[in-house]
Order: sequence, then C-alpha cells, then structure tokens
Amino acid sequence: MSRIVVITSGKGGVGKTTTSAAIATGLAQEGHKTAVVDFDVGLRNLDLIMGCERRVVYDFVNVINGDANLRQALIKDKRTENLYILPASQTRDKDALTQEGVQAVLDELSKEFDYIICDSPAGIERGALMAAYFADEAIVVTNPEVSSVRDSDRMLGILSSKTRRAEQGEDPLPAHLLITRYSADRVEKGEMLSVEDVQEILSIGMLGVIPESQAVLNASNAGMPVVLDKESDAGQAYRDAVARFLGEERPHRFITTQKKGIFGRLFRG
Amino acid sequence: MKGIIDYFRSPRQTSAKVAKERLQVIVARERSSRSGPDYLPALHKELLEVIRKYVQVGDDAVQMNLESEGDCEVLEVNITLGDKQ
Ligand SMILES: Nc1ncnc2c1ncn2[C@@H]1O[C@H](COP(=O)(O)OP(=O)(O)OP(=O)(O)O)[C@@H](O)[C@H]1O
Ligand SMILES: [Mg+2]
Repeated sequence: MSRIVVITSGKGGVGKTTTSAAIATGLAQEGHKTAVVDFDVGLRNLDLIMGCERRVVYDFVNVINGDANLRQALIKDKRTENLYILPASQTRDKDALTQEGVQAVLDELSKEFDYIICDSPAGIERGALMAAYFADEAIVVTNPEVSSVRDSDRMLGILSSKTRRAEQGEDPLPAHLLITRYSADRVEKGEMLSVEDVQEILSIGMLGVIPESQAVLNASNAGMPVVLDKESDAGQAYRDAVARFLGEERPHRFITTQKKGIFGRLFRG
Repeated sequence: MKGIIDYFRSPRQTSAKVAKERLQVIVARERSSRSGPDYLPALHKELLEVIRKYVQVGDDAVQMNLESEGDCEVLEVNITLGDKQ
C-alpha cells in the first residue's frame, strides 16, 4: 500500500527541501519505490538539490493540465535505484495546483509507488495546504528557534483540521518532529532551545535531530542529497531518521557536544 | 564537578530559557484560540479595551482559557493588573 508523506514546517528556509531529498533517497535505498514531488510552484528547488535540474522537461502543472503524462514528467534518479522526482512548475500562477489536479496525480502515483514524499512550500497558505491535504503522515521540520517552533505548532493545528483525513473525520494523521540545524554546542551554552524544550512544547514523536552541518551546503553545491554523504554527521542523522521512520529504534546522535576537559569547560567563553 | 559549574552558571537566565518561556505562552494562547469559538479573539480585544478605561495594562493582561468539563464549557479569564504601587 502506498503512503503519502508531507514534509512541512510553516516557516521558510528551515530545511524542508533538504529533508525531502534526504528522506526520499533514504527510503529508495532501503528498497522502497519512492517518488518525491516538489509542491513549491514558482520556486522549484528540489531538482537542484537532487541534481537533476538539466533533465527537467515537463513538470507537475504540465501533468495536471494534461500537457504531458506522468511518465513523461517523472525523472528517474541516476544515482539511486527506485527513486523518481516530479519537479515543480516555474509558473507564477499560484492557483495552478488545483485540488482535483493534485488528487489525480497523487492517485496515479499511488498505484506505482510505495512512498510519495511531498516537499511543501513555506507558509500556511494554499500551496502548503495542497501539499498536506492528501497526506497520510507528516514530517514537521523545525529549527530550534522561537518563530520556527511557533509556526510548526500552527502547522500541526492545520494538519489536524484542514486535511482530507480531518475533514472526513478519520484519525488525525500521524505527525513526526524533525529538528534540523541543531547545534549541541550552542544548546549547552544556553543559546539555543534544546531537543527536550522543542519536544515539550510541540509534544509530538521525535523522528530525528539533524545537526547544523557544513555537509548540507557541500551536498547542495554538488546537487546530491546529503544522505549519500555517509561520512557526514548530517548524512548519518538523516539515515537514522529514515530507519526510525521505517520502524527501527535507534538512539539519537549529535545532540550532545563531545565532552571537553575540565579546563575547556571552565574557560569556555 | 558539574555542581560547581552549575553554581557559576545558574544565576544567569539563559536566552534559551527566555525563548522557551515565551514560546510556552504564545503556543498556549494560540492553541486555545484555535480550538475555541470564532468570537474569542474579538471578546479578548474588547475586554482589554474595557479594562483600559480604568487601569493602564499591557497587551498580555488578559489571559483566556477555554476548557470543557463534561458537557459544560468554562471560559476562564485571568486579568493581571500589574504590580501594586
Ligand atoms: N542541517 C543543516 N545544516 C546547515 N545548513 C542547512 C541544514 N539544513 C538546511 N540548511 C540550509 O538551509 C537553507 C534552507 O534549506 P532548504 O532549502 O532545505 O529549506 P526549505 O525549508 O525547503 O526552504 P523553503 O521554505 O524556501 O522551501 C539552505 O541553504 C540549506 O543548505
Ligand atoms: Mg524548499
């Protein structure tokens, strides 16, 4: 059975696209046939992060409008088996994603894929609602920072009231917390909200903690999902998150600093 | 050892603590207005205006909390007038 998973946040620039690329790649590596869909109409970033921007011919809106069929628009990933990308359109028309159109595309994808990962645009407007509406499950990407946590809470409110499942009175869709851009060092200095703080406020299950990492920028420069960088902290943290998503229990890493000696601690600035 | 470090560090209110406290207030407020009836924000605003006819108070002087107990709904209103002079 196919599952539709929305990667959402409310606030912009917190790491949704980075996460969509990493989770989709990780699921495909585990042998699940996966499609990752860019809902960010007008901006289109996912193809850049996945490194397939030069192979975009048709996009999501072309399929909705009947200018192309799904098979023509889906891009098969060159590095990872079982992985396909449906790029966003660069049209300025924000209403291009109609509810019926999105439903038709997701229905067709559902026949063929195990997982459909929806990369949501920022905000709590139409685009973000469309990305979330048909979801079976949500991953809420949050930075340990006041406005991001607040927006995540708003998004949780929307997920429990404005999605298809909510409107049809079904069980609310499960939402998982993914904290990204986490700096254990700054948390220890009292400069950043801790994992426990964020989880206590949002009170949803924790899927993972991704550290602030140079590897993410390196990966985006190269057009390669960071999860493929197996040596990197962020890559490993995403790998753990994928394993947890698939039901495995793994301890959280990268949430404490390497213990410094006593002098390092006392004289820390 | 940790005790000594805590001793030196504890008097300082860290910025993360401030952030957490602020978030707890905002989130609680937004959640109760989300779950409550549509007129709550307007009611909140008017209450504040009425109080301000008599006492100068800040924007967070009126805290409202809607709770249901059985089939009965209770709107708890807390009005803080500030420090006694
Ligand atoms: N763990 C991380 N460490 C360092 N930088 C990161 C991390 N995660 C994301 N970034 C950086 O943050 C920026 C925003 O990331 P990304 O595009 O994934 O966010 P987004 O939520 O999709 O943004 P938008 O809301 O605009 O769609 C990028 O420059 C990315 O490289
Ligand atoms: Mg994005």
